[in-house]
Amino acid sequence: MDFSFGEDLEKLRQDVRQFLDQEWKPDPSVDGHNVDPKIAKEFRRKLAKKGWLALSVPKAYGGAGLSAMEQYVFAEEMAYRGAPTPGHGPNIVAPTLVRVGTEDQKKRFLPGIVSGEVEFCLGYTEPAAGSDLASMEIRAVQDGDDYVINGQKIFNTYGHHADWCWLAARTDPNVPKHKGISIFMVDMKSPGVTVAPMWTIAGWRVNAIYWDNVRVPKKDLVGEPNKGWYYMATALDYERHAVVPTGPIKATFELLVDYVKHVERNGKPLKDNVDVREKLASLACDIQMVELIHHRSAWVASQGIVPANEAAMQKWVTTEVSQKLGHLGTQILGLYGPLEHGSKYALLEGALELHHRSAVVSTIAAGSNEIQRNIVATRGLGLPR
Amino acid sequence: MDLALTSSQEMLKQSARDFLAKECPKSLVRELREAAVGHSPALWQRMAELGWMGLMVPADNDGTGANFSDLVVLLEEMGRALLPSPFVSTTLCAMAIGEAGSAEQKKSLLPKIASGDLIASFALTEPTATFSADGVKATATENGGGYLINGTKLFVRDANVADCIVCVARTGGASPEEGITLFLVDPKTAGVSITPLKTIGRDRQCEIVLANVRVAKDSVLGPVGQGWPLVAKMVQWGALAECAEMVGAGQQVLEWVVDYAKQRVQFGRPIGSFQAIQHKCANMLADVDGSRFMTYYAAWKLSEGMPATADVSQTKAWVSDAFRRITREGHQIFGGLGFTVDHDMHLYSAKEKVAEMAYGDADFHRKIVARELLD
Repeated sequence: MDFSFGEDLEKLRQDVRQFLDQEWKPDPSVDGHNVDPKIAKEFRRKLAKKGWLALSVPKAYGGAGLSAMEQYVFAEEMAYRGAPTPGHGPNIVAPTLVRVGTEDQKKRFLPGIVSGEVEFCLGYTEPAAGSDLASMEIRAVQDGDDYVINGQKIFNTYGHHADWCWLAARTDPNVPKHKGISIFMVDMKSPGVTVAPMWTIAGWRVNAIYWDNVRVPKKDLVGEPNKGWYYMATALDYERHAVVPTGPIKATFELLVDYVKHVERNGKPLKDNVDVREKLASLACDIQMVELIHHRSAWVASQGIVPANEAAMQKWVTTEVSQKLGHLGTQILGLYGPLEHGSKYALLEGALELHHRSAVVSTIAAGSNEIQRNIVATRGLGLPR
Repeated sequence: MDLALTSSQEMLKQSARDFLAKECPKSLVRELREAAVGHSPALWQRMAELGWMGLMVPADNDGTGANFSDLVVLLEEMGRALLPSPFVSTTLCAMAIGEAGSAEQKKSLLPKIASGDLIASFALTEPTATFSADGVKATATENGGGYLINGTKLFVRDANVADCIVCVARTGGASPEEGITLFLVDPKTAGVSITPLKTIGRDRQCEIVLANVRVAKDSVLGPVGQGWPLVAKMVQWGALAECAEMVGAGQQVLEWVVDYAKQRVQFGRPIGSFQAIQHKCANMLADVDGSRFMTYYAAWKLSEGMPATADVSQTKAWVSDAFRRITREGHQIFGGLGFTVDHDMHLYSAKEKVAEMAYGDADFHRKIVARELLD
């Protein structure tokens, strides 16, 4: 076994770091998901100018055409600094259009996505369709050259500033649930679209989106009708291993360690406190395990295999360690731990408190940890349903 | 990055698995648990013929000169089979002699180790029950051109079958890590008395009482009074070797419980279709995978000559806890059958209790991690 990244990947790592040194200032008081949309868009434009926005999209379409390992190194460096992610356009929409879009769709959408000018949000989850996503009820009914959409989406990210929605809707109610779903690209400025905010405890805004007789031209249906579930699953398989990077965990942990090393409490160096040492050591072990599990997913992908089960395991181990970091980190800060950013006496600009609060979301979003365990148990270990 | 085994490692793994499946069935493991000696000399000879004892012996001394990554591959299979043997004890001593021995010592001991004709044991721990230097109270005083060793060693694996004991004693020193010396002791020397203890893991941990044991000057391994760095390395190697065995053992437990969960029917369906069982198995897989990659990563660093103190300790701490979780859930999934003597599950949970403490338990190693992180 060889765990080194090699010269080329290390060079890419340095290039990305240099770019970030110039273009992005980390702010531990702001969660990476919660960057001001205008600031995020400006950053994405800069990435796009270097050809670095749509990492997995082939160069022929304006993407970076990076390999799996290159994407891994790139994404981790970005996440470590809390830089905005490329978003759903470059990560999900563009790769799917490349695979199954019409030439017309590729021409109309890819340039805008890879340049960062056109932003996409996803329309998947519904009030009655979360873990059981296939049971979604939103309807798309053919009417002449259009489909007419009626229904509701919930827990949507970016909907309040996205230009388009990558929307999953039911086109055939008379077949098994996952066989009757289609994907549409819907202009968010269409009549009948209403976006209402839902505020998470992590401070991020998500949205409920109401679709009231929204007309979508047939040419904006992606791929084949009723194949949407398959496209969603494929996109997820390709993206899941990037959904929860280790970068933010490492950055927060390093912040905490640095604090402990240099501070005194009641006249004694905090780093000599036995309980604090035990907690930090325990976290160091967990973080190393998580990082190696990430290496494994990226390596599997680099072998041309979709790391579906590996990514599922990665998701639950990473988010649970993230929660442990928030919990133990705030414990180490003691009574100062619960102080939020902006409060008098808050430590580390409230970064640990924010991490702790945000980590609640992570074990639920992007496929709950229970679902991820189900996936590994059934598809990975072959246990019966 | 390449996380696959090399083709020679694959061959080693497969041949070791096949060999042990045939030569070390659970009936032998059970028999050896209660036998006086605790390992099979006949099996030991067959292992030697396969070149296993020579794996970490330099090629110059009749060995293969393999690296720690190769060793880990073999140890996984030994752990899987619960092989009762002084292999790790002997290998640690071979590595120490290879690293610090005089030309004479290497010539007289290493080829015999490689051929399976010499079993060695590493005597560090004492009734003080710690792997750190402050636990070493045994003394070695200069006397008549050599040394007299006095003290009690405790929890020493395989001393009862060893031909050579690498014994850690104090020749002086103001602070705990100063004045430590390693000695190559013949257990047949007057004054040495060895008593096996009975542990849950039946891993032949022994008491060694040393009463005015006379050893020659040339029995010193490495520099007089400056032996602690080598001792610390041996503890590191031992800890990582134990992790590799835990990986293999954990893998076996996981395979068994998944198989059982598919077959055992209650309430009209296989118990593996219940989410409680599914989630336990998924967690066990994460524990096995995490343990494996941490162990291989630390082994890779050692093989490449990179500093790995933090990595080895992180691995021993994490894997000890993970293997505990695996065996606990293994018992839970096997239910009542699993806690009977006739079932094999308890052989693995018994191994767990001694493995977690071997070469430093999780607390010991987390202290090292904290030191590397903060001091």
